[in-house]
Parts: sequence; structure tokens; C-alpha cells
Amino acid sequence: MSHYEAPIREPLVLGDKSYHDITEDIAKPIEGAANKNWYIAFYISLVAMLWGFGCIFYTVGTGIGVWGLNKNIGWAWDITNFVWWVGIGHAGTLISAVLLLFRQKWRMAINRSAEAMTIFAVFQAGLFPIIHMGRPWNAYWVLPIPNQFGSLWVNFNSPLLWDVFAISTYLSVSLVFWWTGLLPDFAMIRDRAVKPFQKKIYSLLSFGWSGRAKDWQRFEEVSLVLAGLATPLVLSVHTIVSMDFATSINPGWHSTIFPPYFVAGAIFSGFAMVQTLLGIMRKVTNLEDYITRMHIEYMNIVIILTGGIVAVAYATEFFIAWYTGSPYENYTYLSVGAATGPYAWAFWSLITFNIITPQLLWFKKIRRSFIWTFIISIAINIGMWFERFDIIAIVLSKGHLPSTWWRFEPTFVDVGIFIGTIGFFFVLFLLYARTFPVIAQAEVKTILKSSGEFYKKRSEQGIPTKPAINLAGSEGTSDKNNKE
Amino acid sequence: MYQFSGKLKTFSIALILLGALGIAFSFYTAPKSIEDAKEIMASQTSHDGGHAISNEEVKKDIHTTEVKGDSISHGEMENHAEEVHQEATKEVHAAADVHGENHDDEHAEHLYHQLKNKPWSALYVSLFFFLGISLLVLAFYASQRVAQSAWSVVLFRVMEAITANLVPTSIIMLLVILSASVLHINHMFPWMADGVFDPSSPNYDPIIDGKSWWMNTPGWTIRSIVYLAIWNGYRWFIRRNSIKEDTANDGLKTYKLNYNVSVGFIFLFMITESMMSWDWIMGLDPHWFSTLFGWYVLSGLLVSAITVIAFVTIYLRSKGALPGVNDSHIHDLAKFMFGFSIFWTYLWFSQFMLIWYADIPEETTYFVMRFNEYKLPFLAMVVMNFAFPILLLLNSDYKSIPWFIVIGGVVILGGHYIDVFIMVMPATVGSQWFFGIAEISALLFFLGIFIYTVFSAFAKANPIPKGNPFLKESEYFHYYNIEHRGEGSGDHH
Repeated sequence: MSHYEAPIREPLVLGDKSYHDITEDIAKPIEGAANKNWYIAFYISLVAMLWGFGCIFYTVGTGIGVWGLNKNIGWAWDITNFVWWVGIGHAGTLISAVLLLFRQKWRMAINRSAEAMTIFAVFQAGLFPIIHMGRPWNAYWVLPIPNQFGSLWVNFNSPLLWDVFAISTYLSVSLVFWWTGLLPDFAMIRDRAVKPFQKKIYSLLSFGWSGRAKDWQRFEEVSLVLAGLATPLVLSVHTIVSMDFATSINPGWHSTIFPPYFVAGAIFSGFAMVQTLLGIMRKVTNLEDYITRMHIEYMNIVIILTGGIVAVAYATEFFIAWYTGSPYENYTYLSVGAATGPYAWAFWSLITFNIITPQLLWFKKIRRSFIWTFIISIAINIGMWFERFDIIAIVLSKGHLPSTWWRFEPTFVDVGIFIGTIGFFFVLFLLYARTFPVIAQAEVKTILKSSGEFYKKRSEQGIPTKPAINLAGSEGTSDKNNKE
Repeated sequence: MYQFSGKLKTFSIALILLGALGIAFSFYTAPKSIEDAKEIMASQTSHDGGHAISNEEVKKDIHTTEVKGDSISHGEMENHAEEVHQEATKEVHAAADVHGENHDDEHAEHLYHQLKNKPWSALYVSLFFFLGISLLVLAFYASQRVAQSAWSVVLFRVMEAITANLVPTSIIMLLVILSASVLHINHMFPWMADGVFDPSSPNYDPIIDGKSWWMNTPGWTIRSIVYLAIWNGYRWFIRRNSIKEDTANDGLKTYKLNYNVSVGFIFLFMITESMMSWDWIMGLDPHWFSTLFGWYVLSGLLVSAITVIAFVTIYLRSKGALPGVNDSHIHDLAKFMFGFSIFWTYLWFSQFMLIWYADIPEETTYFVMRFNEYKLPFLAMVVMNFAFPILLLLNSDYKSIPWFIVIGGVVILGGHYIDVFIMVMPATVGSQWFFGIAEISALLFFLGIFIYTVFSAFAKANPIPKGNPFLKESEYFHYYNIEHRGEGSGDHH
């Protein structure tokens, strides 16, 4: 089997790297000490997190009335943040699972961090379904457990219950998928460790990985099977989240396009968050040779594609809302009422940040620019928050009966909890970046000789770096030549 | 170079002639006037059971449908016709009135339109199916160029050849569009009927009138022509320039131009595909709407398109015309068939479940009608399009065995034909559906055109796209766990 790669493809690993260089580069942030900037960032995040926890305790202790919700708008920032965080998490699984199925080698430098982002984002998302309950101490009642109430069970018809299954399955499968991939990398850190404590820790984390041929063969099979399972999972999780709205009869919520459109939006916002994080990480951890300009460009292309799908969905929503002939659709989400009503600012933020700004990425100069990418990715993160807010709050603020029309004003507790989850997310991510191998070294090493800059140049110049491919007779079937 | 064999050519022409004959026959036997319809109705009541009669009752009362729908779809009409009649009469008094008077003129006129629509609808279903497949092969091809995917490069000429079928199907579509809109010789689109927009007319429909900004004949005709022009324009360009790529040797200039044009096409395709599905399919039920509809249509056609690519590839490879194609390429196509079958099911279920769950009357009628009147095809479709492929194509080894893919593919294509059938027929012929001479002839006719255009197009160009920078990667493509069996042993030389 050959490893021929078309010369037209850009290299994925820059510079004259050997296998050892990869190990060194990736192990460095773990083995070294944190610098001042890391501590500053960590403390800011920690303070935000603690503040958020304070707001959560205040809510649970005092009652949900400390939020800005009212009797017509029973969901606002809580579920907005929930959907936003779940959506962010989806890019991680997309990068590790879907791009694996599509054999995209460029995913290898970014999948580890994207999956970490998934897991930490799902943690944040998972908080909201519990803390937005009026009686969170009864949250375990959502589980179908035999009990002393004559085995009183849950009703399986509610999408909120499907959420419980979707999110918990998603978190567990993502964790297993991520951890499996980490085994060879933890083993690498373990084998390099000089301090006994560090050695002990990474020995525990790496589950005794010794890298035998049989282990690798099974490792690959498992990765592929998990990718095959995670792909429908990632689609179904955000689908189920979308069904919280789409199964209802509210105009603006009841729309059959929600399942795929939410998924596309999730990938869109998730990739934006990956861009935000990796844009910084590649610099501070000196991994610019692995997370290259080309990786950034490819992610931007995914953003244009999913952003385009989302834009088509908006247009469809607009069109069908009018096409239904239903007067109720006219003052709800993405229709005339939304664009001119009291939430017009939220609506136009959505259009500006989600639809207009990403169009800049059509220009090659912009999508290959780190600074532009960073700015646009922040814009998309904001825009996608507004998308969820608009879907939820605008629809609820104007229901079927005019006597129920009301507005939503967030309180400092709503805002505080959201800030708290951002803080919590970064606390986890910063700790991760100092203790975990942030790039899957084992995977990157598999593409070094086919896609590394040094090796690509050598093979273009005809200097053999590996057993030569027999190019003679390539007119015929490829397999005869490939059999080794 | 591939030689389009005389045998196959004769076969395709025979199919076209046979199909055309059958289509002509179905138009000839369709009723010419309301009196004809009455006659047919009378003969139906005598030997075809309560088919025609029950139809009208279904329209009047859903309750009745539940009683009769069952027996209708089971095809036990002939034996149980009388029984069903009595049962229905007893069960629903409202229906009993209609029952007694069901030979009145209003009913006859309604039936007349449905019967008159039958040959048109049969033609339309097959036409849309073949046009849609050719279009989606084109879109898949464009996506392969844009993704710079290497594995599929050796299949480029196969895909290009299939898109040749877009030309005749587009021309026929244009004729159907013009005969519906300008000449008014069919009644498939209810909103095109006389007086729908006229408040003083008995036919006036305020709901449709509210949509007249979108549903008007000139706008609809122009839009339809624009879609066809965009798709055919890209096809014409990319086919020409792809062949140019073979000998261009201009430092990838042609290749990059093709890349950019394909990006533009995908952009336009995303928009025109949705609009096309609203205009050509959703408009058949002008009171019904679903935001997902455009993508749902897309997913069904996409999986059919991949299946057709696999079929043509397997056939041509067995003739030795595709030297670069190995079992790994087949395996990848089968994976797409598998994956997109599940994707179709996902969209089908999303649309169905959300409408079922919320149960808003305006939307639910769509599925009530289909479930009651088309129960067997409706349920069979889900089995054929989901259960069958997922069981058959899950195993990695099976995905590179040609006869396995052919079996799976036939079921997938059959299932998606039924899918289109169920999208169109309930709106145009209602309970008068039948899979008979008209439907089979239309299928044969378009199959003949497909074989003729595709294989003559394939014979016209070098089967290997020599100028593509990923060609060598494609020829060396080998998926890691695929055992290449039987290759080089007569399959190709």
C-alpha cells in the first residue's frame, strides 16, 4: 500500500521535523512551568467561575424568581446558554468523528483540543437543565428508576427527557472517544517523566499502554467504530435539543427544518469557538508548525459552508413563515415582527454577526489571516448566542394571545451565571492545556512522512525518504502495483 | 476508450419506444370528458370495487378513511368491495349521504380531473426522479471537485456521463412546465386552475390567493426555466472544461477555474434546489408547507444519485472500461449509499415526527391522506430506504462486493421512486393511484433515455481524467481494511 500524496496538497507539518521533534514540542507545555500570563488568565477565569457558582447557589437557595423570567417567558438566558454551549461542543465531535470518516488528515492537529472543548462545553451545558429547575433537588426524578411510589416513571414523550438521554450519552461517548485517543499520548508523557509523582499520575492515566501491533490494530478499529457511532450521535443530540422547540405549537418554534438547521448552526458556532481557542493556543504553546495557516483556512471553509447552510435555513424560515399565510408567524422569529419589534436589536445582531460578517471569509486573504479569523470567530460566537436568544425569547414574548405579550429583562443573576460558565470553561481548558498533550502526537506522527513539509519537498525533488513507489505501469490497475 | 455496444444501444432504443408507446396508450385511455369519467366510474363500481366511490368519502370525512383506507391499501378491493361499502355506510352517516348521491356531477368532475391527471402524474414522477438523480450526480461531482477529494477522481468521467441525462430530462421537464403553465393542458397544480385568484369565481381560494406573489404562472415558469438554465449551464461548462483539463498542461489553470466554477455552482445549487422543491413538488399541495421539505427532497435524490453512480461504475468496470477503479472505490460508494440512506431517514423522520407530534391540522392532513390512502407504499418505503440498506451495507466486507451493492441499490432506488411517488400522486390523483401501464411505461421510457445518453456520453471522452492533479492518488487509493478480491481476474485487464 502506497503513501503517495499529490504534490498539490499543502504540507500539514511545517519545518524540518523528526518524530522526536514532535514529541518534544508537544510535551513541552506539560513538562515546563506555567508562565505569568497563564496564571493571570487562570485567576480571572477562576474568579468568574466562583462568581457564577455564587449566583447558582443564590438561585437555588432563594428561588428561580431571582432570574428575569416571567410567567410568559419561562425560558430565556438559561436555555439560550444551554443550547449555545451544547452547540459549541458539537465541533469537537465533528472534527474527531466526521472528519475521520472523511479521511481528513488535517484534523489530526486539532482534534484533541476540539474534543476537550466539546467535553468542557457539555459540562457547562449540563449545568443549565439542572439549575433552571424550580426544584433541582428532585432532578433525579427524570431518570426511569424503580422507586417507592409504586414505580412511578417518567413520560418518554417529552423532548426534555430525550435531552437527558442525549446529553448524558453524548458526554459519556465523547469522554470515552477522547480518552481512548489519549492513551498513546499519556504513555508518551509517562515514558518521558522524570519526577516520580508525574510518572505515577501518567501511568494511571495511560492504562498501561505499550503500543504493540495488536493494540494499534484494535485502537484503529475502535476509533473507527466510535467515529461511526459519534456521527449519528452528534446529529441526533442537537436534533433533540432542537426538538425542545420544534415539537411545540408556538409559531416560530414549530418548524420541521429545526433539526438539521440546529445541527448546522452547532457546527458553525463550534468551529468558531475552535478558531478562537486555537488562534491563541498555537501561539502560547508554540505549536505554530502543527496548527498552520492551512488548518485555520480549512476550518474557515467549514465555517462558510455551515454558515451558508444556516443562511439558507433562515431564508427558508422567512419564506415559509410568509407562505403559510398564518398571521401568527408574522410577529415571531425571523419575520417582519422580529426585525422591527422591541427585539429588533437582537435580530439585527444575529443577521450581522452570523450572515454578513462570515461572508468576509470568501476572500482568501481574510480566511488565511489569523487576526481576521479571530475577529470573525468572536463575531460568530456572539451571533450564534443571539440566534438562540432570538428563537427562544422573541417567540415567547409574543404568543398567540396579545394579552400574554411581555418582555424579558435579564437580572444580574442571569448574566452572572452565564459569565460563571465561561469562567468555568476556561478554568478547565487552561488546566487541560497544561496537563494534557494538546495535539495527538501519535496521529500526527502517522502523517509526518506523507504530509510533512520536509518530506514532501524531498519526494518532489525525487530524493527517496521511504521505500520507493513503483510508478512503472501505473496505467493499469493500481492494486497490482500496491501489493507489497 | 469505451465503445457503446450496439446491443445496449438497441436495448435502450427499444425501452424508449416501448415506454413511449405505453405513455401514448395511457394518455389515449384517459377520459376525454366528464361523461367518459362517469362511464369509467360506473365500470369501476361494477368490477373494480369501491375504489372510486370511497375516494370521495375520504375527502369528506377522515373517519371513513380509517375504515376503508385499510382495505384499499391491502388491495383486497375486489373481494371486499361490497363489505366495505356497507361498513362505511353504517359507520358514518355523513358518508352515507355522499354514498347515495355519489354519481352526481361534482363528484364526476373531481374524478375526471384525477383520472386525467393520471398519465401526466405517472410521467411527472419518473421525470422528476430521473432529472433529480442527474442533478444530484452533478452536485455530488461538484462537491468532489470542491473538496479536492482524491478517491473519486477515477470516477469523474462516470459522473460526467450520468449528468448528460440532465439535458433530455430538462427538455422534457420544460415541455411539461410549459404545457402546465402556458397551455393549461394538465391539471396537476391546483393553483393553476381557473378562477382560483378571482374572488367572484366559485373556484376562489383565499389561501392560495394570499400566496399569489409566489404562486403565479409567469413567476413559476420563469423560475423553473432559471433553475434548468443554471444546472445545464454548469453541466455544459464543466463537461467541456473537464475534457480540456486532460490536455491543458497550463499549470493547473483550467483545474483551478473548474474548482472556482464548482464552488459557484454549489452555492447556486443550494438555493435553486430548495426553490425547485417548493415550486415543483410542494406546490402540488398548495395548502401544505414544511420548512424541511427542500432538504428532504435533496437527501432522497442524493442517495439515489450515489446508487446510480455505483451501478454505472460497476457495469463499466465489468466491461473493462474503468481500469483505475478498484474495490476500494466501490467500497467508498457503498459507504455513501449507506450513510446517506440513514441521512434520508433522519430527515424523513424529523419531518414526519414533528408534524405528527404537534398535530396542527393544516400540516397533519398531508400525512393523514398519505398514510390512509397509500399505507402500503408509505410503510414499504421506510423499510426499503432505511431498514434494508442499514442491515445490508453495515458490514465492511459486503460493501465491496458488486452483487451485494446491486441488490441493495435496486431496493434503494425502488424505495426512493416510491418516495417521489408518494410526494406527487396523492396531490394529483388522490385515491385513484395505481402502479400500472402508465407508471411502468414512464419508467421504461426514462430508463431508455438514461442508458442512451449516459453511455454515449461516456464513449465520447477518455475514461481517465488525465489532467487532474489528484489522479495518481485516486489510482493508488486503497482503503486499509478492504481485501481486493477478484481484481485482475477477468474483471478488467
